[in-house]
Amino acid sequence: MTDYVKLVVLGVIVLFAAVAANFGRDLAYQVHAIIILAVAGFLFVRTLRRTDEPKPVIDQGEYMDDVIRFGAIATAFWGVVGFLVGVVIAFQLAFPALNLDWAQPYANFGRLRPLHTSAVIFAFGGNALLMSSFYIVQRTSAARLWGGNLAWFVFWGYQLFIVLAATGYLLGATQSKEYAEPEWYVDLWLTIVWVAFLAVFLGTLIKRKEPHIYVANWFLLSFIVTVAMLHVVNNLSIPVSIWGSKSVQVFAGVQDAMTQWWYGHNAVGFFLTAGFLGMMYYFVPKQAGKPVFSYKLSIIHFWALIFLYIWAGPHHLHYTALPDWASTLGMVFSVVLWMPSWGGMINGLMTLSGAWDKLRTDPIIRMMVVSIGFYGMSTFEGPMMSIKAVNSLSHYTDWTIGHVHSGALGWNGMITFGALYFLVPRLWNRERLYSLAAVNWHFWLATIGIVLYAASMWVTGIMEGLMWREVDANGFLVNSFADTVSAKFPMYVVRGLGGVLFLAGAIIMCWNLWMTIRSAPERQYSAAVPAE
Amino acid sequence: MAEEKNENQVETTGHVWDEDLEEWNNPLPRWWVWTFYATLVWGLIYTIAYPAWPLVDRATSGFLGYSSRAEVAADIDAVEQANASNMESLATIELASLSDNADLQNFAVNAGAAIFRANCSQCHGAGAAGVQASGYPNLLDDDWLWGGSIDEIAYTVSHGIRNEQSYDSRWSEMSAFGEILEEEEIAQVVAYVRSISNQEADAALAAAGETVFLDNCASCHGDDGAGMRDLGAPNLTDAIWLYGGSEELLTETITYSRFGVMPAWSEEFRGASGLSMAEVNAVAAYVHQLGGGE
Repeated sequence: MTDYVKLVVLGVIVLFAAVAANFGRDLAYQVHAIIILAVAGFLFVRTLRRTDEPKPVIDQGEYMDDVIRFGAIATAFWGVVGFLVGVVIAFQLAFPALNLDWAQPYANFGRLRPLHTSAVIFAFGGNALLMSSFYIVQRTSAARLWGGNLAWFVFWGYQLFIVLAATGYLLGATQSKEYAEPEWYVDLWLTIVWVAFLAVFLGTLIKRKEPHIYVANWFLLSFIVTVAMLHVVNNLSIPVSIWGSKSVQVFAGVQDAMTQWWYGHNAVGFFLTAGFLGMMYYFVPKQAGKPVFSYKLSIIHFWALIFLYIWAGPHHLHYTALPDWASTLGMVFSVVLWMPSWGGMINGLMTLSGAWDKLRTDPIIRMMVVSIGFYGMSTFEGPMMSIKAVNSLSHYTDWTIGHVHSGALGWNGMITFGALYFLVPRLWNRERLYSLAAVNWHFWLATIGIVLYAASMWVTGIMEGLMWREVDANGFLVNSFADTVSAKFPMYVVRGLGGVLFLAGAIIMCWNLWMTIRSAPERQYSAAVPAE
Repeated sequence: MAEEKNENQVETTGHVWDEDLEEWNNPLPRWWVWTFYATLVWGLIYTIAYPAWPLVDRATSGFLGYSSRAEVAADIDAVEQANASNMESLATIELASLSDNADLQNFAVNAGAAIFRANCSQCHGAGAAGVQASGYPNLLDDDWLWGGSIDEIAYTVSHGIRNEQSYDSRWSEMSAFGEILEEEEIAQVVAYVRSISNQEADAALAAAGETVFLDNCASCHGDDGAGMRDLGAPNLTDAIWLYGGSEELLTETITYSRFGVMPAWSEEFRGASGLSMAEVNAVAAYVHQLGGGE
C-alpha cells in the first residue's frame, strides 16, 4: 500500500518538475527542476520495480550502521570539495586574474565564496554531525535508529539539499543572506529533511534502553531543535513566482539584518559549537578510554551555553543602524558566554588528565586535543572581538576571517577528522587504521596550515583596520581602500598556502581511510544492540 | 573502569553508556565559577551604565547617557570645528592665489588627498596614475584634456564630464567613424595618427591617411593633431594615450568612438553626497600639485 502512495507522490513530483523545467523563469530554477525530475524519476522506477516484491526483513536487534558508513564517505568527500574551493577563492583574492574570463559569470569569487562556506559548514560539517548523531544516539541509547528508512531519507535528502544549494550559487540563485543563501524551495526542502532528522533522533532517544540521556545527546538535540527554529525564521520569504527562484524577504531594513545575524551567529553557536561539542563529548572520552571530567560542569555549561548564545547575534552589527541597546546586549551576552564556552574545553581537556602520555603515542588523541585547544582559543577570541572597542577595529577586516577559520579548521575540522579516524575502523570492521604515520602527517599538515592561515589573517586584519582608521593631524584619511588591498597581498598568499597544506592533509586522510577499508586487518565489532 | 578513581578520589556518577562511557562527579573548577560570576557582575553593571534593556516602547538609556550616534557626531564636530577657519577660507579663495598662502595650500593638499582617496581613487587609482585600459586619465602627467590650471581642474571636478547631472558638464562627442569611413580609410588614418606621434607606421598608408585626417578629424583635433582643449579633443602628437596608441586600439577608438564619463562632484548637483565648494577646491589643489598642474 505505501508503495502505491509513494508512486503517486513521486509521479506528481515528476510531473510538476517537468512543468517547472518548462516554465522556469531563470536558469537556476530550470536546472533544479531537471535535477528534481531526475531524482524523482529514478525513485519512481526503483519503487515500481520493487512493488509487491517481498520486503527484506530487517534485524531490529542491530544498530543501523549503513547510513553512518555513507555519512562518513560523504563527510570526507564534501570536506575535500569544500577545502578545494576554499583554496581556489583564497588565490582568487591574491591573484584576481584567477577569476577566469571563460568561466564567467559562474566561477567568480562572488559565487564561489558561498559555495565554499556552504560546502564546509553544511556539507562537510553537516554530514559529520549527521553521521555522529546517528552513531552516538544509537550507542548511548542502546537502540536502533527509530523510523526504519527515515534515516536514509534524511541522509539522501540532505545530499540533495547540498547539490541544489551548490548548483544554485553557481547559477546565480541566492537570497544574499550569509550562510542562508539557498532560495525558497531549497529552504522548504531542507525544512522537511530537518524535521525528519529531528524525528529520527528524538524517536531513538525516546525508545532508549538506558535510564539516562548521555550528555552528547543533549548537545546534539539542542543543535537539531535550534537549527530548525533559526532556519525557518530567517528564511521567511515570499517567492516572486512559483516558477522562479527569486524570493523577497518578509523582514526589511535593520529588522532583516538583525534576524539574519541572530541566525548567522547561532548557526555558529548551535551548528558549529553545540553540535560539535556533542561529538566531542562522545569521541574524546571513547578514544582516551577515560570518563568525562565533570558531570556537574557539563550540566551547568550546557544550559548556560544554550541560554546565552541565542542573544549574542547583535555583536555582528555594532555601529550600524542597529539601536545601541541591542548592540550593548549582544556584546554583554557574548562576553558572559566566555566561561560557558570554556566549560566544554575544560571537560574535554581534563578528561585526558592522567592519560597525557597518549598525546605521544596516539595521533588521533593529539588531533582531538588540538581541536579542543582551537575551540578554547576561538571562544576566547569571539567574546573579545564582540567588545565594541575591539570590534570597531576588527569589524569588516580579515581578522574576522582568521577568527572563523581558527574555529572552523581548528575546532570543527580537527574534531571531525578525529571522529572519522575513530569511526571508520569500527564501521568497516577493521582492527586499526591502515597507517598511523599518515594520521601524523595529516595532523602536522593541518596544524601548520591553520597556523599560517590564522596568523596571516591576524596580521592583515589588524593592519587593514589600523590603515582604515588612520588620519592625519587635521583628521583627514591617510590611506585609500586600494592602498589597504595592495598592502594585504603577501598575507593573502600565505593564507592560500595554509589552505593548500590543510587540503593536502585532508587528501592524505581520504587515502588512509580508503586503504583502511580496503586492506587493514579485519576485526569484528559488535553491531548488536545490547539485550535488556 | 567503573572501579577506577581519579586523583581527587571522586566517584563517577554511576551511569555507564556504550560499555565504558562514564562521568566523574568532579566539582566545578573554582576559577571557572568565579570568572563566570565576574563576567555576570560586570555584565549587570555595564547594562546599567549603557543603553541596554528593552522596555515596551523604548529601552533603558543607561546612567552614562551614552549614544554611539552622539559620539560620532561629537567626533565629527570636533574635527570640523578645528578645520572650520581653513575650510571657510578655502571656500571663498581665488584658487589661482592659493599658492601665496603656504599654510592654507598645505592644508588644502592634505584635505584634497583624503577626498581624492575616498571619491576619486576608484577610477583614477590610489596614486592618481589612472587606468589606461579603461580610459581613466593619468593625473600625474602634464597632458590635460580639458585644462590643467587649478581653476580648470576645479571646474572639471565640480561639473564632471559628459554627465546629465550638470548642464554645464564638460561635453564633447567623437563620431563613430565606422559608420562614416571605409575600413581602408580607417586603416590609413590610424597609420597617419601613429606617424604623427612618432610611432612605427606604414609610410604609404600614413600619407593617404593625412587627407582623411584633415577632412574628418582636424576640425576637433587640429590640423597638426595637437588637440583642442575647448572640445576636450586629445593631443594626438604626444605619446600619451587615453585608451591606447596601438594599431588595434586606435582602430577600435576610431571605429566605435569612446565616451568616457565622470560624475559632477559638487553638492550643487549631488546634494548631501556631493563635495562642498571648499572640498572641490581642496581636491583641485591636490590634483594640481601632483606634477602636471599649469
